[in-house]
Amino acid sequence: MDAMDEIVREFVVESYENLDRLDRDLVDLESDGESRSLMGSIFRTIHTIKGTSGFLGFGALESLTHVGENLLAELRDGKRPMTQRTTDVLLQMVDSVRVILDVIEKTGAEGVHDTSAVVAAIQQVLDSEPGADAPPATVDEAPVQAVKKPRIGKRPAAKTATPAAAASAPAEADMPAPEASPQAAPVDPAPADALPTPAPAPGPAPAPAPARDGEESHVRSAAESSIRVDVEVLDALMRHVGELVLARNAMTSLATEMDDATLVRASQRLSLIATELQQGVMKTRMQPIDHVWSKVPRMVRDVSTALGRRVKLEMIGKDTELDRSVLEAIKDPLTHLIRNAIDHGIEVPEARDAAGKPAQGIVTLRAYHQGGQVVVEVSDDGKGIDPQTVAAKAVQKGLRTAEQVAALGTQDILQMLFLPGFSTAETVTNVSGRGVGMDVVKTKIDAIGGVVDVQSTPGVGTTWRLRIPLTLAIMPALTVECADEIYAIPQVNLLELLAIDDAQTGLDQVGDAPVYRLRGQLLPLVDLRDVLGRPARETVVGAVIAVMQADGGRFGLIIDQVRNTEEIVAKPIGASIKRIGIYAGATLLGDGSVTLILDIPAVARRALEQQETLPDLQQQATVDTDTEQMLVVSVGEDRQLAMPLGAVTRLERCPADVLEQVGGSLVMQYRGRITPVVDLASLLGTGRPASDELAVVVCARGDRAVALVAKEVVDIVDCADLDRSEVSGAALLGSIVVKGKVTELLDLSRAVTSADPSFYDAHEPELVGAGSDR
Amino acid sequence: MRHQLATFRLDGQLYGVDVARVQEALRLHAHTSVPHSPSTVAGLVNLRGQVVLLLDLRARLGREPFGADDEPMMMVVKLDGEPVSLLVDQVGEVLEVDSDTMGTPPPTLDPELREVVKGVYTLDGDLLLHLDVTLAAQV
Repeated sequence: MDAMDEIVREFVVESYENLDRLDRDLVDLESDGESRSLMGSIFRTIHTIKGTSGFLGFGALESLTHVGENLLAELRDGKRPMTQRTTDVLLQMVDSVRVILDVIEKTGAEGVHDTSAVVAAIQQVLDSEPGADAPPATVDEAPVQAVKKPRIGKRPAAKTATPAAAASAPAEADMPAPEASPQAAPVDPAPADALPTPAPAPGPAPAPAPARDGEESHVRSAAESSIRVDVEVLDALMRHVGELVLARNAMTSLATEMDDATLVRASQRLSLIATELQQGVMKTRMQPIDHVWSKVPRMVRDVSTALGRRVKLEMIGKDTELDRSVLEAIKDPLTHLIRNAIDHGIEVPEARDAAGKPAQGIVTLRAYHQGGQVVVEVSDDGKGIDPQTVAAKAVQKGLRTAEQVAALGTQDILQMLFLPGFSTAETVTNVSGRGVGMDVVKTKIDAIGGVVDVQSTPGVGTTWRLRIPLTLAIMPALTVECADEIYAIPQVNLLELLAIDDAQTGLDQVGDAPVYRLRGQLLPLVDLRDVLGRPARETVVGAVIAVMQADGGRFGLIIDQVRNTEEIVAKPIGASIKRIGIYAGATLLGDGSVTLILDIPAVARRALEQQETLPDLQQQATVDTDTEQMLVVSVGEDRQLAMPLGAVTRLERCPADVLEQVGGSLVMQYRGRITPVVDLASLLGTGRPASDELAVVVCARGDRAVALVAKEVVDIVDCADLDRSEVSGAALLGSIVVKGKVTELLDLSRAVTSADPSFYDAHEPELVGAGSDR
Repeated sequence: MRHQLATFRLDGQLYGVDVARVQEALRLHAHTSVPHSPSTVAGLVNLRGQVVLLLDLRARLGREPFGADDEPMMMVVKLDGEPVSLLVDQVGEVLEVDSDTMGTPPPTLDPELREVVKGVYTLDGDLLLHLDVTLAAQV
């Protein structure tokens, strides 16, 4: 009994593998109908399934594959050309075989899947004249439905059948519905002898198909040099190697300490062997990404046909290898991204025509190694993602407020695609656009310690990029020091390291939240000491900012000191530690001490939620009703101006001489563009103080920007229920008291339009960020 | 029925746990503290390549905290097959007791302690509290 189960199981596993290849081969064959070797391979696969299913008593499966084999035999022998119709019915047959295999896998018997419609469809193609490839439209739909919803009724399918086959087709259909009992004798379908079929030789063992047909050995060589190994064995082996790596680390640090030449030599040798062994074992678990990609051509064909798109698929880097477990984990996210690229990326042919692009869109999959990680990209040359649409959608769905999105850069706006409940599809299709999706992709990639981001140029295309670790077992990490303790940070999260030399350069305060100006972008800062509840540091000078990427955003983690990079093996930690929510696990360092591995995305969420630089929904809701964050700048002597922080895109510091007078208005060069400038001092009627440096407040919208120059940024304050007094002047809304000082409230939209009258016209008016819509 | 209890002292009091649950007793070695963990978690220790949770049993049982000069020991017990290390004052000998002589905990016992004490044995001049390891080692 058990032995039988074993044979059935192997049969199912192997058939699945073969079918995956078959899908790909069939699609390939459509474009290269002449390839005899492809045809031979397809024929053998079906032949093997047929033979084995006959031997195992799966009658329905046998009769289904039998008629398919007949068709394939004609194709192989060149008696019939390959047409789309032929491919369609063959793919339907493959689908039906899959359904039956699935039932067999679950129950051990083949169940009552009605295959007669598919059988009839194939039979009909067989019966049609080889030249006349397009069958009458009347029977065209039947098989398509049959795949998804097995037909109960027995329909004599072949209305146009030739007399010879007319007799056989009803006989097929009248066959009792596929037997539930595996003992039932396989019924030999009637038309078998009417066609030149190579005698099927049902072999008892499900040996690899290609090995059997000796003469055509140039096709996929069944590797006699390979063996099948249970994944559990490899998992255990990997765990042991992990231990060995840690023991090696311990040995290395010991040898360095002892300063004994012999010991050092021995330890170096050990180190070398351990590294080689580690690579070797990792290699056994590596599989080319093609294992996942092989299903893609079929999927792309089906999805693009269903959606009326013309898509060409390009796959670059098929041989890129990943750990089996990683491969398994990226399967679903990748599928989703590809479907998404076709559905939302590639336009319909007419639209592409109109845009001056070739009617056929291109979806490119690319995989490559980079810095100890694997990068997998899904790109399309479609319509791209319009950040304005995304922003408007986020506001409409209540995920962000208009003020928030107005302050975001393009990249940050695109990251909102990963928010739960986000979907930009105008109409919901069954392919994608159900409002679940990108957040699920992100969750899954997060779970394996990977990172996902997106880049898009409207009209040109979109690229989704996954950065994933090579393996889950051993990962490169950075060990850092914080309050005399050592912690490990996975390198996949690390972008760069910055040393803080003095307290001025780049450091700034936005309200309570410290930020760092990194190449013109505000980087929210999180002090690891605060995260871990350790005593606050006296000075940041000498500390290090580790620029981390997590959750699609970047932030700076302030640490005391960087120690080393080390290969670490994550050890499980108890639920009580995991529950704290900032540790991903623990590992052992070379000296044998236990070190906690920080869960960087969790740290980011935790720390940045408390700060208000990246306000989330709840916070913003309270901000809306009670308080508003105001940026306070000083202008001239003793004058202060406040403006809503939400409308500010960036804060910069520039030398005073960047301001230029052009045609009566003030401009400056900002990021390679000539940007209109509002001099807040002249707006207030005071003179601009002589100083070498200016604070520049940039308000950007789409590709427009206006720069407001002031003396310096004073503070960011929460203004609860603004208590305004009406002392209005030009572009002023009134005044408020900030920390005991009278501060004038700037009418930002008026100030901005005074420099750029069409600033707000560019896009949807509801996105005006200056708080004027409330 | 007679069975064996591995004993240890904690803040002057004698405790015992089923000897079958005890994996080993060790001197306390370097451990890593875990910020934000519950007060009963003393940290993580490396036990021959395995990362093991170190429980501060004094905190768990509501006793006075360890002093700076104390040199606690670790009693490693099995919890669902996984080792957990208990931080105790001093590991004692293995005593054989007769479960028929087990008394109920005195009503004066701390409620916190009462929850995790299965019963009490009276030795000459000493009181041995039989701890339920599964309950006591829960964080």
